[in-house]
Amino acid sequence: MSTRAARILAGDQRTGARLMRDLDDGLPEAIEVQKALFPSTGRAFVLGVTGNPGAGKSTVVDVLIERYRRQGKRVGVVAVDPTSPFSGGAILGDRIRMQRHATDDGVFIRSLATRGHLGGLSRSTGDVALVLDAMGYDIVIIETVGVGQDEIEVVGQADTTVVVTVPGLGDEIQAIKAGILEIADVLVVNKSDREGADNSVRHLITMLELRGHDATPVEIVKTVATSHPAQGIDDLILAIERHHARGSSASDAAARKKKRARAQLGDVLHDRLRRAADAALAAHPDLVEQVASRQLDPYSAADTIARTLLKP
Amino acid sequence: MSNPRKIRILVAKPGLDGHDRGAKVVARALSDAGYEVVYTGLHQTPEMIAAAAVQESVDAVGLSIMSGAHMTLFPAVIDALKARGAGDVLVFGGGIVPDDDLAPLRAIGVAAIFKPGATTQEIVDWVEATIRPKLAS
Ligand SMILES: Nc1nc2c(ncn2[C@@H]2O[C@H](COP(=O)(O)OP(=O)(O)OP(=O)(O)O)[C@@H](O)[C@H]2O)c(=O)[nH]1
Ligand SMILES: [Mg+2]
Repeated sequence: MSTRAARILAGDQRTGARLMRDLDDGLPEAIEVQKALFPSTGRAFVLGVTGNPGAGKSTVVDVLIERYRRQGKRVGVVAVDPTSPFSGGAILGDRIRMQRHATDDGVFIRSLATRGHLGGLSRSTGDVALVLDAMGYDIVIIETVGVGQDEIEVVGQADTTVVVTVPGLGDEIQAIKAGILEIADVLVVNKSDREGADNSVRHLITMLELRGHDATPVEIVKTVATSHPAQGIDDLILAIERHHARGSSASDAAARKKKRARAQLGDVLHDRLRRAADAALAAHPDLVEQVASRQLDPYSAADTIARTLLKP
Repeated sequence: MSNPRKIRILVAKPGLDGHDRGAKVVARALSDAGYEVVYTGLHQTPEMIAAAAVQESVDAVGLSIMSGAHMTLFPAVIDALKARGAGDVLVFGGGIVPDDDLAPLRAIGVAAIFKPGATTQEIVDWVEATIRPKLAS
């Protein structure tokens, strides 16, 4: 095994962080390290945290870190913020809410930018979570960007997905229900110090009931992440545990593992094919020209390029 | 092929003084220039800054120091980075630093100091001249 992989398995933060950077930047040699790490992964409990922009996701994660640390667990966090489509830059600010854990060696927080990837995560998020898993963090929390309704990729990566909303969103909750409600394993109504929390809970219950009787149960927890001590967090931890326990019968666990493996493999495969397609396209300026001058239609041109791709 | 590396910079406000307007302006300008900026907010200790710099594997740490404590904070951050094996992370800063302090700060390894009048473009130019070439290797 490479020294790099060995250091990461021993929990070395500097080496792990650098590998995350190489993965994020798409360096091929980083994938070789991942190959070596993979057999040692699959031990961490992966918790997804998603929800409306500004709902308090990072603040909830901060309090969860505190509770899990008190239980003696080591916690890794991947926090994703959007890349500006105009500048290509990003301000990664989720960490601000978690900085009190910065010098705790049992906590590793990594901020990522989406870099144009849709789905609420960066392309590298799964790989970075895998590195944290390999480094021995017991719990890996993935905070997505503030979501609309199509940004639900985290479900494919997490054992349990928590959706954070706030009171008084009214119509907005209606708007997000289609996508977001269906992915929630646990629903959080954060900022319950605000008016309308109970209304929101009732509203969410009604919407959950519309899913029918055979739908899996979803617990709703009211929290105030900013109060001292934070309110509702013990309930949230219990709800997460109950969800996890429900899904941990042997057959459920196996099904979930397979589902995740499929998503993971699909991601890698799509990524490779997309890169190969981009390269093949770059190698065929002639075809581009022919399509531009309408001598050739894009469908036939794509057929030609695809044939070169599929040849060994 | 173009370099796939994205420049990552941590911007922090060490010390006890109150507001982080300057740090936020710099963070915004650096992100507008296409960099990924990890922003950690107010009241950061050198230890917190160094730990975050390691976990975020940034190329540089930018400190906003208005409190007059630059002669203690800069060395403390540089030492904390070295202690974590991250001595290669560049440290730069902005704030009110008397001319007499510039040479000693450079001597302990502060890579650049931008005075309150400096434009954000000057900082971006410095990043392009200093950090970009390092990533090419
Ligand atoms: N009143 C109240 N404010 C809260 C609560 N939880 C978080 N906040 C505040 O809400 C604001 C946003 O909190 P964050 O944790 O950054 O929210 P977020 O969902 O991570 O935001 P993005 O990552 O930008 O989408 C901050 O000012 C928090 O202090 C709460 O329970 N009650
Ligand atoms: Mg956040």
